[in-house]
Amino acid sequence: MSIVDTDEPLLKVQNLSKYFGSRVGCADVSFELWPGEVLAVVGESGSGKTTLLNCVSTRLEASAGTAEYRMRDEKFRSLFDLSEAERRFLMRTDWGFVHQNPADGLRMTVSAGANVGERMMATGDRHYGHIRSTAIEWLGRVEIAEDRIDDQPRAFSGGMRQRLQIARNLVTHPRLVFMDEPTGGLDVSVQARLLDLLRGLVTDLGLAAIVVTHDLAVARLLSHRMMVMKDGRVIEHGLTDRVLDDPREAYTQLLVSSILQV
Amino acid sequence: MTAAIAHYNFAYLDEQTKRMIRRAILKAIAIPGYQVPFASREMPMPYGWGTGGVQVTASIIGPDDQLKVIDQGADDTTNAVSIRAFFAKVANVATTTHTSEATIIQTRHRIPEETLKTGQILVYQVPIPEPLRFLEPRETETRKMHALEEYGLMHVKLYEDIARHGRIATTYAYPVKVEGRYVMDPSPTPKFDNPKMHRSQALQLFGAGREKRIYAVPPFTDVVSLDFEDHPFEIQHFDEPCALCGAEGVYLDEVILDDHGGHMFVCSDTDFCEDRRNHGHRGKLAGHPLEAAE
Repeated sequence: MSIVDTDEPLLKVQNLSKYFGSRVGCADVSFELWPGEVLAVVGESGSGKTTLLNCVSTRLEASAGTAEYRMRDEKFRSLFDLSEAERRFLMRTDWGFVHQNPADGLRMTVSAGANVGERMMATGDRHYGHIRSTAIEWLGRVEIAEDRIDDQPRAFSGGMRQRLQIARNLVTHPRLVFMDEPTGGLDVSVQARLLDLLRGLVTDLGLAAIVVTHDLAVARLLSHRMMVMKDGRVIEHGLTDRVLDDPREAYTQLLVSSILQV
Repeated sequence: MTAAIAHYNFAYLDEQTKRMIRRAILKAIAIPGYQVPFASREMPMPYGWGTGGVQVTASIIGPDDQLKVIDQGADDTTNAVSIRAFFAKVANVATTTHTSEATIIQTRHRIPEETLKTGQILVYQVPIPEPLRFLEPRETETRKMHALEEYGLMHVKLYEDIARHGRIATTYAYPVKVEGRYVMDPSPTPKFDNPKMHRSQALQLFGAGREKRIYAVPPFTDVVSLDFEDHPFEIQHFDEPCALCGAEGVYLDEVILDDHGGHMFVCSDTDFCEDRRNHGHRGKLAGHPLEAAE
């Protein structure tokens, strides 16, 4: 895995907090993300990983803090000050969001081809032949057979749905992809293939990604850097291998030692 | 004074309601293709029978108007006859079946064949005003999509058509873009009628009673049917002319004649067909005029 050499980060998050009433969703989170870098956010259920992801991806309104994103024109813009139209445009062009449950990220009642083509049509592509050939190409890249292009995702297995969701997100060549437990709910062999695929795509396309997972093995395989969260706060932050091989915080040590050895 | 029948206000609706609906209509005309919410009233007919169209007509009709009502192009079907009778009774207006004489034409699912002229108003009865409804069930979301002009989803539907049928198989309620801005459902008219909406001289008003929406296409407004570059929009074509009046290039209904597969195609616009026959045009099943038989 190679990190693209660049002077400036893609995303700068500072002191991000989200409160649900008096409850803490996440608090005082700061990090930077460089182009082509994969950051894993790990921690147990309820530790604020998904809240953090939703805030950064502007799906949730943060209570405090800032997030700045380097747009395609190289200018930093504060994500929380974007208009809704700009945010939604960003979401369907420069960003991707892979949900844990593919049904949340796919249109289950339209064909696989249309699912992949939707973003192209949303950004103004009006040539059926072109949309279709691009959809076929992307289905191929995520290992879905071409003859399934007109089937609805309802007819797909869990693993296929997840791969379709990935193709749907990547078709506009986003620079940043958010993933919320991308391998959750899949059996281990399917997980392994999906991870393999994701790793290949991330490297080939130079994607930056924020991956939320409770599965340390996923984090180990996919990510360059890692943040460990507990009770809404980041308690440890470092290179993935360092954090997993030499955890400093007691909680991280507990987490690492809890991995089941077969 | 005998009070044998109840006294209705002119055109059934009370004046406050008419003002409210007129305000909605004015706003709709100001923003072509935008769905304006209005406080739809209970009408003495069930939802789905044209309560939206009736309320729009009731709000714009005056004593000097000539009203024509068509249902699937025909002046003589139940819905058309009863709505026409309704306004003859509660507004005491003159009614007509001739397209050229009418000042207001209330229609269910057709646009008359005869080109409409300045000063005429076409009132559509609309069952489902939201073109994105079957693609996105959330009203909050579809409103946002209209506001932000996010219409990629509309093309997803057309894509699905081509993927499944090899061509755009949507034949009615074919989505259009109005004045380059709002995507609009032209109500379930056949797509054959879509080109007639483009730069029409007549004012076109759309009323959806159950869904409580009014929208409009002012005269001389661009109305463009959505399509793909390599699958352009096209209207239906018929292989044979009308069996009664011999008209070509008009929208035809198929009429079953017997249970041995016999059928005929006739104009869906009855007034247009009658007018042509009165001018001596004959289709192959028209029969002979009565004088000839005597």
